[in-house]
Amino acid sequence: MNKPATGSATPPPSRNIKAIVHQNLARRRAAERRFRGYGLVAITLGLAFVVLMFGNIISKGLPAFWQTYIQVPITFDSTVLDPQGARDPQALANADYATLVRAGMRQLFPHVEGRLPLRALGGLISSDAAYELQRRIQDQPELLGSTQEVWLLASAAVDTFFKGNIDRTLPEAERPIKDNQIEWLDKLKTSGKIEKQFNAVLFQSGDSREPEQAGIRGALMGSFFTLLVTFLLSFPIGVATAVYLEEFAPKNRWTDIIEVNINNLAAVPSIVFGLLGLAVFINFFGLPRSAPLVGGLVLSLMTLPVIIIAGRAALTSVPPSIREAALGMGASKLQMVGHHVLPLAMPGMLTGSIIGMARALGESAPLLMIGMVAFIVDVPKNFLDPATVLPVQIYLWSDLPERAFVERTSAAIMVLLAFMILMNGLAILLRKRFERRW
Amino acid sequence: MSTTVLETQTALDQALQASTAPRHKSSVEVTDYNNRQTVGKITVDNPKMVCRDVDVFYGAKQAIKKVGLDIGANEVIAFIGPSGCGKSTFLRCLNRMNDTIASCRVTGQIMLDNEDIYAKEIDVVQLRARVGMVFQKPNPFPKSIYENIAYGPRIHGMVNTKAELDELVHDSLERAGLIKEVEKRMQEPGTSLSGGQQQRLCIARAIAVNPEVILMDEPCSALDPIATAKIEELIDELRENYTIVIVTHSMQQAARVSQRTAYFHLGDLIEIGDTDQIFTNPRHKLTEDYITGRFG
Repeated sequence: MNKPATGSATPPPSRNIKAIVHQNLARRRAAERRFRGYGLVAITLGLAFVVLMFGNIISKGLPAFWQTYIQVPITFDSTVLDPQGARDPQALANADYATLVRAGMRQLFPHVEGRLPLRALGGLISSDAAYELQRRIQDQPELLGSTQEVWLLASAAVDTFFKGNIDRTLPEAERPIKDNQIEWLDKLKTSGKIEKQFNAVLFQSGDSREPEQAGIRGALMGSFFTLLVTFLLSFPIGVATAVYLEEFAPKNRWTDIIEVNINNLAAVPSIVFGLLGLAVFINFFGLPRSAPLVGGLVLSLMTLPVIIIAGRAALTSVPPSIREAALGMGASKLQMVGHHVLPLAMPGMLTGSIIGMARALGESAPLLMIGMVAFIVDVPKNFLDPATVLPVQIYLWSDLPERAFVERTSAAIMVLLAFMILMNGLAILLRKRFERRW
Repeated sequence: MSTTVLETQTALDQALQASTAPRHKSSVEVTDYNNRQTVGKITVDNPKMVCRDVDVFYGAKQAIKKVGLDIGANEVIAFIGPSGCGKSTFLRCLNRMNDTIASCRVTGQIMLDNEDIYAKEIDVVQLRARVGMVFQKPNPFPKSIYENIAYGPRIHGMVNTKAELDELVHDSLERAGLIKEVEKRMQEPGTSLSGGQQQRLCIARAIAVNPEVILMDEPCSALDPIATAKIEELIDELRENYTIVIVTHSMQQAARVSQRTAYFHLGDLIEIGDTDQIFTNPRHKLTEDYITGRFG
């Protein structure tokens, strides 16, 4: 580098040090830039995948929120519905409404003849249309004898066709909509008798084999009851456990073992809890299969360790000076905890609990083991009705081949994600709110 | 102190070994404990608390060695000594705050009005209502100023009506000399006050339950000189009604506020006596070294 030093006692020339430092500086800066670059790439990649996932789910699921309806002139013929003329509600409920739908369709296309073409014509309308007419008569019996323009639910094939998911250039045998049906539908379209309406069915009914009649209300109510049981059990027990272990229990080998076990339980695969629930709650205690009560019990087992760990962390973060102040005033231990420590630890505990609950909401594996995977059409009304939950409903629908179920699967995922975001938002809100008090 | 801790420690040990006997042996009362003596008169005429042979262990480590002293009624007694000498530990024995530390074990006898406070039938809750405490760092509850004061009387069921409680809160704040500053902001959080005000709030909180003894663990160490002066003034006023035990690092403070002073050293009670005498005429070499600033 520079000239060799003249004597051992002379300090190294300062210019030399500067140069060395300068040389290193460039290397250090480069390392920093590189590291920042890696971070940027990682974050961009991560965000890209998130956008891809959400984009995929939303683009697939969004159409499911709209459903095709066909306007049909329906004559509520009293000779069909009420041949005796007695206006007996029971007889009216059991009358043949499907005939009215067929008659209405024939009125739209009077030239269609023959058994098969007529069947194809009737196939444009969902089988739910008859029930829709029955409901109308039940609500307004005075409609009897009149003729009304009624928007009826189209069949899933028609809906899929209008959402552009059936290629009309395909050979007739390969598509669910036939040539004559396409012809009728085009006519209906040009005369403005086809409309997309908000898909209320999706939120109002339970599962169904017919995609256009399938909804997530059953799964939503199942999830609601299950989570209610989970929360009612795991929150009080979890908080009490955390308080006892942190504040009251002596620190000895037994409490150490308990602590290790709780930490391990939090890491146990969830399906194991399902097996435990099957063995204990259903086989031993004889609780009903597929019931939200059992689902809630199983998910409580899974959520408890999470709440206990979060609760203990929240309790330890309360400054010891507050405890000393309370004890110094002559508060008993329970008063110290109840009046001072627990209120201060609450935000942390609530955050942990809500995150645990959000995990429970998204859990499907343990519920498969206790029979909450059944095909259940009725919307559950209490804790013992057979039910399924949102993630299991998604799993069930994702297995079905119909195009209409594919979009419903994505729609159900969107609803589930919305609830997750809602719960996490609530956790943040609660934390902020409690923390802002002082 | 910071740079030469080790040297000082060695010097201390040597001094301790060298000073087997006090210098003014003939005129001084001395209590003998094996190899170590407490210089000065440990008893008083009208004791509020009487401590004898108090040992404190943290696990295997002994923090307090056979300490005995009386705390007189309506006096301010100061505990001084270098860091880690056990003065805070001993103070916390007086209202059993050490109970909260699992590894801590206390033996010996501590009497409050001739009752052993470590006896089985004594409830710590009741004891702490009689022996209040003010801590080193101001630690008001994260509640309103009013609630801070009202908490003690409420949990002990000392008042029946809201009006009584209001009066008690007002009275306590008045006695702590804080009322003028907080009268208009009773519902504001206690933590919004300044450090000195917070500490006076803690004193007001302690006297709200009308204790007989108030323990103060370095109450001014986190405060500026003006706030310190206010607290010292307050201590002087409180002496009329309460017995006060104060641990302090400031020898000037001990000299200003206390009537008697006890000097602790490495878990031993080295010397005890009237404050004037301790500071003007210390009888033990270690005490003299400490108060003349040779270490500490």
